[in-house]
Amino acid sequence: MTLKIEGLTAEVEGKTILQGIDLEVPQGEIHAIMGPNGSGKSTLSYVLAGREGYEVTGGTATFNGQDLLALEPEERAAAGLFLAFQYPVELPGVGNALFLRTALNAIRKTRGEPELDAMQFLKLARERMRALHMPEDMLKRGVNVSFSGGEKKRNEVLQMALLQPKMAILDETDSGLDIDALKVVADGVNAQRGPGFSALVITHYQRLLNYIVPDRVHVLVKGRIVRSGGPELAQELERAGYATVQAAA
Amino acid sequence: MPAVAETLDTVQSVTSTGYKWGFETDIEMEFAPKGLNEDIVRFISRKKNEPEWLLEWRLKAFALWQKMEEPRWAAVKYPPIDYQDAYYFAAPKQKDRPKSLDEVDPELLRTYEKLGIPLKEQAWLAGVEPREGEGDVPVAVDAVFDSVSVATTFKDRLAKEGIIFCSISEAVHEYPELVRQYLGTVVPQGDNFYAALNSAVFTDGSFVYVPKGVRCPMELSTYFRINAKSTGQFERTLIIADEGSYVSYLEGCTAPMRDENQLHAAVVELVALDDATIKYSTVQNWYPGDENGKGGIYNFVTKRAHCRGRRSKVSWTQVETGSAITWKYPSCVLLGDDSVGEFYSVAIANNFQQADTGTKMIHVGKRTKSTIVSKGISAGQGQNTYRGLVRVAPTASQARNFTQCDSLLIGDRCGAHTVPYIENRCLTAKVEHEATTSRIAEDQLFYCRSRGLSEEDSVGLIVNGFCREVLKELPMEFAVEAQKLLQISLEGSVG
Repeated sequence: MTLKIEGLTAEVEGKTILQGIDLEVPQGEIHAIMGPNGSGKSTLSYVLAGREGYEVTGGTATFNGQDLLALEPEERAAAGLFLAFQYPVELPGVGNALFLRTALNAIRKTRGEPELDAMQFLKLARERMRALHMPEDMLKRGVNVSFSGGEKKRNEVLQMALLQPKMAILDETDSGLDIDALKVVADGVNAQRGPGFSALVITHYQRLLNYIVPDRVHVLVKGRIVRSGGPELAQELERAGYATVQAAA
Repeated sequence: MPAVAETLDTVQSVTSTGYKWGFETDIEMEFAPKGLNEDIVRFISRKKNEPEWLLEWRLKAFALWQKMEEPRWAAVKYPPIDYQDAYYFAAPKQKDRPKSLDEVDPELLRTYEKLGIPLKEQAWLAGVEPREGEGDVPVAVDAVFDSVSVATTFKDRLAKEGIIFCSISEAVHEYPELVRQYLGTVVPQGDNFYAALNSAVFTDGSFVYVPKGVRCPMELSTYFRINAKSTGQFERTLIIADEGSYVSYLEGCTAPMRDENQLHAAVVELVALDDATIKYSTVQNWYPGDENGKGGIYNFVTKRAHCRGRRSKVSWTQVETGSAITWKYPSCVLLGDDSVGEFYSVAIANNFQQADTGTKMIHVGKRTKSTIVSKGISAGQGQNTYRGLVRVAPTASQARNFTQCDSLLIGDRCGAHTVPYIENRCLTAKVEHEATTSRIAEDQLFYCRSRGLSEEDSVGLIVNGFCREVLKELPMEFAVEAQKLLQISLEGSVG
């Protein structure tokens, strides 16, 4: 399950944001994408997840050889791609348990697995929540409605834990989190870590990468990857800031 | 964003084929001649072998109707209706009334089977006990096909409790005093144009009487089906809950797909006495017309309840997904002190559907309380209007009302309108009104889809969430059906 991006360009409302991205995330690896504000980090995650309004103008993105860009968002999810949102969306009146079960069953269906009934789902969800130290009442509430910032992010991690994606894109999941919430998020990702799981961790700060240690770090500036390296690159950026790489770009 | 409009068009082009109940049953019918005059009224009354008083009652209604004009104040548009170009009586041909389901035309029973109606009386007649304790709560059903009630189930079991559940024609013969005492006391013959028309030509409907102190042990349900062509359906339902009793009643309705518009003008009267509770739920799924607005039912219905006693309570819950036009305001007149009226509504207007619906809560008794929760969903080029009246009489000291009207828009060619009237003549009353209008946001859709849900399922989930406060008021059996129905009704409307 390799994600392979070549020469990807994309625009939003007529403005070119991605200027040609080349990136490969092999199966089982966790890569971090760092970059200053406005460098195109979120755009990249939305383009990969298939959000409307994010127009691909050139290049390719394949997931395990499959043309990712030709798929609908739900087909990308079925193929094993998961996007943890920077700003998780509220769905008033929709119970979190119902939402999670509907999503899980939609994905199980495409995998040819039997759907889970309410009881089976509840058992699974409780198990996963215990592992992530999440209070059970999160299931009873409306999806993200009156959740705190930290709860919303935890809910994203819970969804990831339930849907068991092959590849997760975490779009600034660490922003606005206190240290405890940050650890929960990191634990969630690390629990998935293994030969069948890869991740693209998008972040502004190095802090999260202390807990999720990436195999590779890429620096995104003005819609291009300007540098790549090992985990030490993140620390270098933390010390020197983005100014040096920006100057280089 | 341009891509959103694109999706809208794509999805709209695959538009709704969703009406699953559009089949027609081939059955030998008996019609009265087309048109409406005194002779037709007499014909209907004679066909039903009615007593003289009822014929007189009908004729009075007809005379009133002739002097009345169609209401024009609702926010709905339709070409003039030619009331002379319709049949006012159509009945499946049968020699006598069926004594059991075995005598009912099997073609009819097949129709109801297709509609998924639990006509469990077959099993009941064969002596099979309903499997209680397995969550299989029995539902007693009265099925009305065009103008005639064809089968009422569980009658014997209900009779043991003293509960009467039968067609109104039967009640006229079997329980004339009760019918005469209550018929037209909630909705008088001359109440409005359609109620007058109904009073003149009503053909059948359900009758329920729950005696003092009895809690009806099962849901009572009526399924209405318009089948014959060029036929109006005018059913009349009368429910009386005597002191301290409780009853939950459900109605469902469907019709074949036809190019022409058909008129449905029903009257429902509810009477709740001291400490009695009536819960009345409707899942209205008349044929809405096609995606170009051709055909569909004109649903012009008068529903009203009298809370006549102390602490009597009436709760209306409606899920209105069908009909080309809906004109309907289930109301409560809160006469008794401490009586309670509730109205929970979901109304969908998709494609070219028009819905003008709401309620009237008339507070007369002291400390009367009413709650109104209305959820309007507009999609396609649908127009959805909430129209409601809260009137507090000077006598209704410390009356309370809470109204919440929420509108959800899907796409950019539909409309939502809220017309609340509040007339408060009492200083100690408290009336609250809240209203919101929202769209299904692109980010909500994307969020759901990124989790693997299809676009249609995402809309279904979001809409059901929006309607949750109303759907939870429905009895279990109907709640699931209603949720599916909401989704089907909105197929092809994503935006």
